[in-house]
Amino acid sequence: MKILEVRDLSVYFDNTAALENVSFDVEREDSLAIIGPNGAGKTVLFRALLGTVPYQGEIKWAGDARIGYVPQRLTIERALPLTVQEFLNTKLHILRANPSEVKSLLEIVRLQPAILKRPLAKISSGQLQRALIVFALIGNPNVLLFDEPTASVDPSSEEQIYETLHNLEDQRHLTTLIISHDLSLVYRYANKVLCLSGKQLCFGVPQETLSTETLNKLYGAPRKYYEHHHEHGHNHVHN
Amino acid sequence: MSTTTNMAIITFITNNPYYVLLALSTAVAAGILGAFAVMRRMALASDPISHIALPGLGLALLLKINPLIGAAATLLVGALLIWSFEKRTGIATETLIGVVFSLALAIGSIVTSGEELIDALLGNYSNVSPTEFFVGIAVVIAIIAFLLAKRQELTLAILSPDLAKTSGVATDRLNLYFLLAFVATVLLGLRFVGVLLMGSLVIIPAAVAKNLARSMRGMITIGAAVAVASVLAGLAGAIYLHLPTGPAIVTVAAAIFILSLLKKQRD
Repeated sequence: MKILEVRDLSVYFDNTAALENVSFDVEREDSLAIIGPNGAGKTVLFRALLGTVPYQGEIKWAGDARIGYVPQRLTIERALPLTVQEFLNTKLHILRANPSEVKSLLEIVRLQPAILKRPLAKISSGQLQRALIVFALIGNPNVLLFDEPTASVDPSSEEQIYETLHNLEDQRHLTTLIISHDLSLVYRYANKVLCLSGKQLCFGVPQETLSTETLNKLYGAPRKYYEHHHEHGHNHVHN
Repeated sequence: MSTTTNMAIITFITNNPYYVLLALSTAVAAGILGAFAVMRRMALASDPISHIALPGLGLALLLKINPLIGAAATLLVGALLIWSFEKRTGIATETLIGVVFSLALAIGSIVTSGEELIDALLGNYSNVSPTEFFVGIAVVIAIIAFLLAKRQELTLAILSPDLAKTSGVATDRLNLYFLLAFVATVLLGLRFVGVLLMGSLVIIPAAVAKNLARSMRGMITIGAAVAVASVLAGLAGAIYLHLPTGPAIVTVAAAIFILSLLKKQRD
């Protein structure tokens, strides 16, 4: 059953196309990875899906879709005296969600409750990323949009964040759309992949869709990637 | 302070209770509003917003109608202009306000004359009628109620418009209401602080609060308290030294800001 249908989606800024003629479907509990070089329109696609930029074409979310969104980063002035609790309270209040939700969400992302009293601007980038995941999960969404969830965190936190996301997908039967630069992630966690380079270059099951030719076309140069086979537990390097 | 000075201040309060009460209520609204304005990085934009009142004041004086009605008209047009420019072009509010509304000060200075210009620019002791007082208090209550009821939405919209929109906040409408609350606060404060300095009564207490507070709740509370203290001490100082009210109030606020910097450095 489809939770999202996108048909002929185009986004223009000052008559310049940021995204042209993108069409794809997302089934419930799919994990869709969106890949492409910088400036390929990945974040623009998300913003169109979230309804925060004007677009042409059709975006149809299922009636029961509740969307949680984790942005790539949050620029916060360092002197801003806004605590993590106050940040989370904004969404709790707007959605009239139960405040006790936060405690279990903190456990899921492995954050200590003491962090709630700290200023949002003064926690580490890894902690901020987790706080943003908690924020996205408030109100019990069934679709999560992650814009490069590990772009600003160190490698050890990166692995933990992906594990957390993967566990969440299983536990909460979530549909996830993840923008990522990390091709190994596509093989490990995604069952669908969408390749963007201003326009749509591929869409489908990663193992079938991501040929070397497609990747070369996407990134403009030969690219190594890792293919992970769950059943054998081996990683293969492709050139 | 000498007994004579104390008497002068007490006499002023007794003779002008509406003036003093409305000034203090306006300070509370300005302090709370400032917390959000500072978060929105509107510090530099606040002064030009208050300047837009001047052409309205001047024209109203020429036409011999209540100056506040003229100021309200131009402030309202100004707020709608900022809102629609920002919505359509996505250009930062500060740039737009800086360009359009500094011009308003120039035009306002041309159409307003002599002593009236000084009063409009720097604030004065003019009498507050019972009608003006009750309308003013109603507006103050509306501003404070809006800011407190919508503080979560405002905070989130300032932090990330995308997160706000995906959480169900109608950010365009919220921005318009915020700008209207801003110009209403400026309008209320014109009499006490003047066109030139009203923006400072919004921004300086909030800047103090930002230096001292450890939470948004703290920032709102400290902002309101500093604004009230500045108006109280500023009015007393103005009466004592026979000064225009605006500069006296803003000087007190600025002194508190300098003290808050010392505290911040120690932290």
